[in-house]
Amino acid sequence: MSIDIEAVSKTFGSFSALSDVSLKVPSGELVALLGPSGSGKTSLLRIIAGLETPDSGRILFDGVEATNRQVKDRQVGFVFQHYALFRHMTVFDNIAFGLTVKPKKERPGKQEIKDKVHSLLKLIQLEQLADRYPGQLSGGQRQRVALARALAVEPQVLLLDEPFGALDAKVRVELRRWLRRLHDEIHVTSVFVTHDQEEALEVADRIVVMNQGQIEQQGTPSEVYDRPATPFVYDFLGNVNLFKGRVHEGTAQMGGIKLSSPENASANDAPAVGYVRSHDIAIERDSSEGALKAEVRYLLSVGPLVRVDLSLPDGGPIEVDLPRDEADKLGLKVGDQVFARPRKMRVFVDDYQI
Amino acid sequence: MQVGRVLKKHNQRGGGSTSEPAWVRYLLVTVALIFLALFLLLPLAAVFAQALDKGWEAYLEALKEPDTLSAIRLTLTTAAVCVPLNLFFGIVASWAIAKFNFRGKSFLITLIDLPFSVSPVVSGLIYVLIFGLQGWLGPWLQDHDIKIIFAVPGIILATVFVTFPFVARELIPLMEAQGREEEEAALTLGASGLQTFFRVTFPNIKWGILYGVILCNARAMGEFGAVSVVSGHVRGSTNTIPLQVEILYNEYSYAAAFAVASLLALLALVTLAVKTAAEWKMQQTVTVSEKER
Repeated sequence: MSIDIEAVSKTFGSFSALSDVSLKVPSGELVALLGPSGSGKTSLLRIIAGLETPDSGRILFDGVEATNRQVKDRQVGFVFQHYALFRHMTVFDNIAFGLTVKPKKERPGKQEIKDKVHSLLKLIQLEQLADRYPGQLSGGQRQRVALARALAVEPQVLLLDEPFGALDAKVRVELRRWLRRLHDEIHVTSVFVTHDQEEALEVADRIVVMNQGQIEQQGTPSEVYDRPATPFVYDFLGNVNLFKGRVHEGTAQMGGIKLSSPENASANDAPAVGYVRSHDIAIERDSSEGALKAEVRYLLSVGPLVRVDLSLPDGGPIEVDLPRDEADKLGLKVGDQVFARPRKMRVFVDDYQI
Repeated sequence: MQVGRVLKKHNQRGGGSTSEPAWVRYLLVTVALIFLALFLLLPLAAVFAQALDKGWEAYLEALKEPDTLSAIRLTLTTAAVCVPLNLFFGIVASWAIAKFNFRGKSFLITLIDLPFSVSPVVSGLIYVLIFGLQGWLGPWLQDHDIKIIFAVPGIILATVFVTFPFVARELIPLMEAQGREEEEAALTLGASGLQTFFRVTFPNIKWGILYGVILCNARAMGEFGAVSVVSGHVRGSTNTIPLQVEILYNEYSYAAAFAVASLLALLALVTLAVKTAAEWKMQQTVTVSEKER
């Protein structure tokens, strides 16, 4: 089922959670709503589920207006950050709940429910825990039960509110890969909320970056990561370095580097900020055109990347991530004089403060 | 588990420096126990001793007296009306307060607490002012031959007012602590409002409800002040158990007075036992939910 969100706004008291948000989620896609806390992503998800009503705007399911449809009639599966399992019911009863509350006419028979629950337990690999209570499960197990419970009613849309947020790092990675595989199998339209960019980049077909109740950018993970549309997206996705300078008619002058910036062709000697990812900077021993003189301040060599903190003569800090072999070749030491060359810089006219 | 064990060990080692010396602990415990015995257990024992002073025969005889029987019946009737009413109200109010946001919520909470902060005598007087012969509705009620004050309806009204907060007060914190996610989950799974209440909310609050009902019942049966004002003390017709005890006592029939009073004391003991059990059960559900967080 496809979801259309048309010009939805929502305020809580004086706080504007969503302002004029429009979004299309095509059928069968796995979409991530990514943003910092307070960006409105959870409100948007709850509005889709019907747990909140928008102040204005419309929600359409498969092109049919559903703004005022009751939660129970929306056929959405909702997975909560804190699982929200029924604590007085066993795992089996939790998963069967959605089937047992159906009206008599639609309710499947006892055996049918049993078969369905057992096939779901198999899917989440917890067959042997059917008689346990939620309190006796680990966080990862509980979230899988919550997923199975939501899937039992065969929802048209699966909505997940920070589903891995309460889990520890290793379980989180395992579970999100499992979710991705699951989605490849069942292809239910899914929207999940997260503030973890890594999670969104790894799992989603499409990422919607939200900030202050509005959508900053949407696109595939590589579009959003490689071509951020706004300074906010640049800053939110990955490590980024800032260079201050000016831009005039498509040419930017950034602390001694001159580069073309065609998207700012209309700028007239405006103050600008250049954004460079930490892995888009090369470190060289010899001076050359387009490289900035800098001093090595700090080295952290753990894992596949070596983190190098540089400082420019004017005091500005730069963070660089170097592949280990490249760093080894350079043989850097703290206090060395080096030259930093930004390989890729994106310039935004300075109307945005971080 | 591991952490618990480590902590315990640590506590044992650090015990000497963090807790008081043994004699201080024993002294405090002894003082508390003596105080309890003096002010709670002794009077309770005295009630039963006095009641059974003239033997079982006299005890049962005193309870079989027609006026006393009528008082017992009236008290049971009052409780039978008040407790279900306040149970219903308490669940509705705490559901509204804990699960929804609306304007005037804190005002509603204050209002629910009102009977706690008003002297029961005043609560009774309010009804005399409204329904009494000199009151606002008095003349109209008399014209239509409806008796509220100095009759059973007045007693029930006053008791409902006084026992108003017990169930709600018990449930509001419990329901607030449990949040509304489980209910939301039930709704997204297709459950109706009633199904959600009976299959998800009720199992989580049933011990709290029992606790509230027990307290509400104890107060409904034991209320003296408010009922005394509106009852009119008509023997065999508008006397509840507490009023009957007072009348008997004032007439110097001590054994009979204590016999009737022992019924209330028994009720208190039963209340205590059920309350302890309910509290223990409730503690368990709350711990489980905390673990889940």
